[in-house]
Amino acid sequence: MIREHEDVIIQTVCRIFIPFMQVYGLYVLAHGHGSPGGGFQGGCIFAASFILMSIVYDLNEVKRRFTEKLSVFFFSLGVFIFAGMGWLCLFLGGNFLDYGVLSKILPVDPVMARYYGIAAIEVGIQITVMAVMVSIFLDLLTGGLHEKDAEEGHVRGNTQ
Amino acid sequence: MKRLLGIAIAIAALIVLLYGAEDLPPWADPGQPASLHVSPRYIERAVGETGVPNMVTAVLTDYRGYDTLFETAVIFTAGIAVLMLLRRPIL
Amino acid sequence: MLEVILSKYNYWIFSILLVVGLYGMMAKNNLMKKLIGMNIFQWAIILFFISIGAKRGATVPIITGTHGHDTHTIVARAAEYVNPLPHALMLTAIVVGIATTGIALALLVAIYKRYNTIEEDEIIEALKK
Repeated sequence: MIREHEDVIIQTVCRIFIPFMQVYGLYVLAHGHGSPGGGFQGGCIFAASFILMSIVYDLNEVKRRFTEKLSVFFFSLGVFIFAGMGWLCLFLGGNFLDYGVLSKILPVDPVMARYYGIAAIEVGIQITVMAVMVSIFLDLLTGGLHEKDAEEGHVRGNTQ
Repeated sequence: MKRLLGIAIAIAALIVLLYGAEDLPPWADPGQPASLHVSPRYIERAVGETGVPNMVTAVLTDYRGYDTLFETAVIFTAGIAVLMLLRRPIL
Repeated sequence: MLEVILSKYNYWIFSILLVVGLYGMMAKNNLMKKLIGMNIFQWAIILFFISIGAKRGATVPIITGTHGHDTHTIVARAAEYVNPLPHALMLTAIVVGIATTGIALALLVAIYKRYNTIEEDEIIEALKK
């Protein structure tokens, strides 16, 4: 699946296509209120753009960008945003994950405070899902070689 | 041998499942128990209480927000587990 | 008899899919095929659960004509919209299924590195020694 030589047509098409996929993933996230979509769906579409990039272009380059520290940072950032919204509602006097009390710090009525609370946690869900999908894909594809082996250009899939 | 035993058990399971499907409500019935107890309350009051027109998002993140929080924790755990299985030297 | 089949044909379809997955988990020798059987089993259950939420003559569970600020005047009758609760519950189930499949595939890669095979009987023989 990962070949050494470069294919001009596929690389040119994907160079145009990948930014549109990412913008589409953010669009599905942002319109999760009025049409089908939301955090999970947008996260999977966003991750698919990185997976396409690692198939078409150099795998070692993508693996060098998604190091272990960066992946773990993104995993925990998403869960932290979600739980952080719950803790914020608890500190402001309501129940855990009760977004109606956010109207004390935002200048809106309680119904719209729920709207903004839902939008914020969808962002957190998307970050976690995107990072996990890309990390699992890269780990399975290379058999988990360490970064220094990846930098030397030795990828397991090519040598078998 | 394994294959014949597998087919026999599978057909027995199929017969038991189809026998149990007699008591389930018919397809797309508006009066089935799944649509009667708490679901009309969610449909009627989702936009008024949360301001989000998409009922599935409102149920998933507002009415059932705890489930989504722990399910995000589950996928976080899965990412960490694959990382630990494959990026560390094995055995 | 025909009435029973025609009014509940969704249960028949999902039962057959479930039994196909069950057969794959039991009778195949390769660990990868067992994993795919488990995945088929899981998807049969998810689809069955979603099919419970259907309603005759109802539309998608999204209320059109409003976005945000005038939500107090909307009247939504429960018979016009599909039940949104199974959809929300099964989103969680799908994501848990992805997590399970990802970890199982990582375990398969680790088993292959250790024993150099993924056939079940060869692994059991290697374990007996």
